[in-house]
Amino acid sequence: MTTATATIGAVPTELARGRGGGGPAPMRIVVAYGFWIFILSDMVMFSALFAAYAVLSGHTAGGPTGPELFNLHNVFIETLCLLFSSYTCGLGALSVERRHPKRFLILAALTFVLGAAFLFIEFSEFAGMISQGAGPSRSAFLSAFFTLVGTHGAHVTIGLIWLIYLVAQFVAKGFRSAVLRRLLCFSLFWHALDIVWIGVMTLVYLMGVR
Amino acid sequence: MEGEMLGKLSWAAIPFDEPLPLISAAVVAIVILVVLAIVIVKGWWPYLWREWLTSVDHKRIGVMYMLLGLIMLLRGFADAIMMRTQQAIAIGDAQGYLPPDHYDQIFSAHGTIMIFFVAMPLVIGLMNFAVPLQLGVRDVAFPVLNSVSFWLTAAGALLVNLSLVIGNFSRASWWGYPPLSELAFSPDVGVDYYLWSLQISGIGTLLAGVNFVTTILKLRAPGLIYSRMPVFCWTALATNLLIVAAFPILTATFMMLLLDRYLGMHFFTNDAGGNQMMYVNLFWAWGHPEVYILVLPCFGIFSEVVATFSGKALFGYRSMVLATLGICIISFMVWLHHFFTMGAGANVNAFFGIMSAIIAVPTGVKVFNWLFTMFRGRIVFRTPMLWLVGFIVTFVIGGLTGVLLAVPPVDFVLHNSVFQVAHFHNVIIAGVVFGVFAGYNYWFPKAFGFTLDERLGKASFWCWLIGFYLAFMPLYALGLMGMTRRLQHIAEPSWQPLLLVAELGAIVIFCGILCQIAQLYVSIRTRERRRDLTGDPWNGRTLEWATSSPPPAYNFAVLPRVETIDAFWEMKRRGLGSVEPAYETIKVPRNSPTGFIIAFLAVVTGFALIWHIWWMVIIGLLAAAVTILLSGWSDEREREIPAAELAQMERARLGLMETA
Amino acid sequence: MDRDDRLHYEDRTPGVEEYESGANVLSYTAGLGLAVLTTIASFVVAQTDMLWPPGIPVGLIVLALAQIGAHLVFFLHLGSGPDHTNNILALAFGILIVFLVIAGSCWIIVNLNANMMPISVR
Repeated sequence: MTTATATIGAVPTELARGRGGGGPAPMRIVVAYGFWIFILSDMVMFSALFAAYAVLSGHTAGGPTGPELFNLHNVFIETLCLLFSSYTCGLGALSVERRHPKRFLILAALTFVLGAAFLFIEFSEFAGMISQGAGPSRSAFLSAFFTLVGTHGAHVTIGLIWLIYLVAQFVAKGFRSAVLRRLLCFSLFWHALDIVWIGVMTLVYLMGVR
Repeated sequence: MEGEMLGKLSWAAIPFDEPLPLISAAVVAIVILVVLAIVIVKGWWPYLWREWLTSVDHKRIGVMYMLLGLIMLLRGFADAIMMRTQQAIAIGDAQGYLPPDHYDQIFSAHGTIMIFFVAMPLVIGLMNFAVPLQLGVRDVAFPVLNSVSFWLTAAGALLVNLSLVIGNFSRASWWGYPPLSELAFSPDVGVDYYLWSLQISGIGTLLAGVNFVTTILKLRAPGLIYSRMPVFCWTALATNLLIVAAFPILTATFMMLLLDRYLGMHFFTNDAGGNQMMYVNLFWAWGHPEVYILVLPCFGIFSEVVATFSGKALFGYRSMVLATLGICIISFMVWLHHFFTMGAGANVNAFFGIMSAIIAVPTGVKVFNWLFTMFRGRIVFRTPMLWLVGFIVTFVIGGLTGVLLAVPPVDFVLHNSVFQVAHFHNVIIAGVVFGVFAGYNYWFPKAFGFTLDERLGKASFWCWLIGFYLAFMPLYALGLMGMTRRLQHIAEPSWQPLLLVAELGAIVIFCGILCQIAQLYVSIRTRERRRDLTGDPWNGRTLEWATSSPPPAYNFAVLPRVETIDAFWEMKRRGLGSVEPAYETIKVPRNSPTGFIIAFLAVVTGFALIWHIWWMVIIGLLAAAVTILLSGWSDEREREIPAAELAQMERARLGLMETA
Repeated sequence: MDRDDRLHYEDRTPGVEEYESGANVLSYTAGLGLAVLTTIASFVVAQTDMLWPPGIPVGLIVLALAQIGAHLVFFLHLGSGPDHTNNILALAFGILIVFLVIAGSCWIIVNLNANMMPISVR
């Protein structure tokens, strides 16, 4: 008895739309969707850190509090830096789509610079707080603050390293499908980080100064 | 040699003065060395490297997961029988043979190993093996990532086992609650072993979750719309959605505890504002979905087994799918029932109690569907079917005690008694362990080309079933009589008879395990008698049975076109297969050493972190980064099999099958 | 030799820039504009005395959600058509979990804290 797999004619097109009957999706879709799911898992991790912050934000152990430490002026500039870097990242993705190599490199560089500016401001803020004796081991509030904001900053740092790596791949290999897929994943990641920052900005800084 | 160079590590870490761990470690070390020597002397290393260690084939990875889980089952069971024995003899004036310090490590290791390094690998291994075949595709969405996931899990398992020899394991149970798990009360490396090995394997598990969600949603054979997916794939989808949603919580929680221990932060410390209940809360926000991650695939396995061995389509497909998705969502709304007694008010307890009772309803729907599938079916009592029947009876009992515990006032009496211990072993053993054994017997012929010995399979089932009841039913009674869990010494002599029955149960289970080891050995020795040449030893219904046993690396030369549910059953009914399909050039994933290398570096870095050997940490992390960068540069992830070569391979394969 | 990505695929993922997914400079600029506006509004709301104080956290959350929505729609091109069902379902699942974790933890811990004995130093 042979058990060759059956070929019972072509799949009717109505099956393909929306019900997932069109066969395996193209690799670009598979990779992008997989990365989307990964980002959602990262959001859940951040939500646990947000929950810890929400619970511990009042536990200052007699030490420095949010209103004493937070400088909203810097936060505003940081926020705009990250937001504009998301914008340049989006324009960069468009330039990749339209196959404009020079435009892409310029936009990638702008994205990097703006992201680095964000990190510089954040690092200065952390250094300032630590030198004032308001480091992460001072109180539960500060532990939660440094961990939540610091984890976001670590993600941004990894993103910048990844961006350099991808630009290197682009310079070496051009608009190959694998490079395009990876750039797509990067922009998903970068936009997601901006979304997390909206949460940080609102829940930590804006609510924390009142 | 100690001091700066090797952090906290010194010769004192090796338990020269404790005979039990020393001897067991020595035995294990000798076994490993002997195996390695055999491999090297017989020249098997190139084969192992090429066909297994660097393989990204989901079938191979699935087998390796199973192997890891089954070996770790022996370690976890050894811990269990040690505890049972201690409790059977350390009564009244007798002190037993395990001092409290050891006993605490043993129950901590038992739970940690059983959940993370037995149940998870077994369940993920079966999903790995069967899901792509059932979906009619060639591999999962991200094959290299699949390999990384497996090897990271193995790395975690290795670290836990190293703690037996070098240093000690955590004494803070498999939960690691602060403040006990904080540096102030556990200054030694035990909790660090626990945290780092679970962080490492947790990353592997999370990546597997992403992989399988993507595979099930984006990679299916043409025509395989959602309403035609096998129920095992639906349960795999729900499981992996839970993994994606729950494991990040554990990662964050362990990260916070690690920051407390390593950088002096105050998330969960007694001083400076830490809140220990936040750990408990977050841990169980992961922990409850985790148990559904373990049991849902097994529900799926049982759905496949019951349909196949009753010769009938599964009853109530739609309600099965809805029940699965319902369990998936509700499992995220019950977690407080793990700490009813820890101070929440009545309204909070009531909400979570009600949700915990509600989650029994979709499970009940499933049980009825399995029973209705059997009703008026032509039942064949092969080993998997025995496991199913044992599961239904035993799991229902466990589920009922669960609904009892879901009522907060009852839980106030029974929390942390051995009644609770009996409940969760009841559902986990009946659900997960029986399910995995059913899946193991069911899919073994597909993986290896011959069925397992039936008699020894049945013997192992009866030993496990009888042993389970002997071991755990007394614990229900003891719990109601007031016995707490994790006791190293029993002050109440009237409990001893029941504890002796429990010990007998553990011994009977041990006989079951021996039967399984014998089953594997005998089956391999006599495999020619039970060769599966048709690829379909059980008259199956789903697509994995449409391939040969074992399937070729590419699974399907031409992806099947699916028109109905139970696609293979329909194909057999229509009697297709006489026309040779048009072969096209296909792509299969290339092997990759990335997973193995990353895991090796994870062990090195984890060990260095545990022992505070900072230079080794830096080197390990840098090497891992370099590996990732190098591996991420290549575009050549796949190789082609030209149509002509494919046609040749298929003709040879089908020719072999036709001579059956 | 890749599969032809441009022919008859039936779904989109977030971030894919191709043709009719609405990706163009206008979309990004509109998103940027909205995001800048909501950011400025948030900073104003957080520091103003002109609003009823208990309403400020609600206002901030609404503005934050609006900005996140702008990101999802204008930067990630998330839509509502049948091609986007998987993406929306995944997002909805993620939002549910995030909500349960944060709101659930807050509810539980506040409840537990309320039942704790008073401690002298916090």
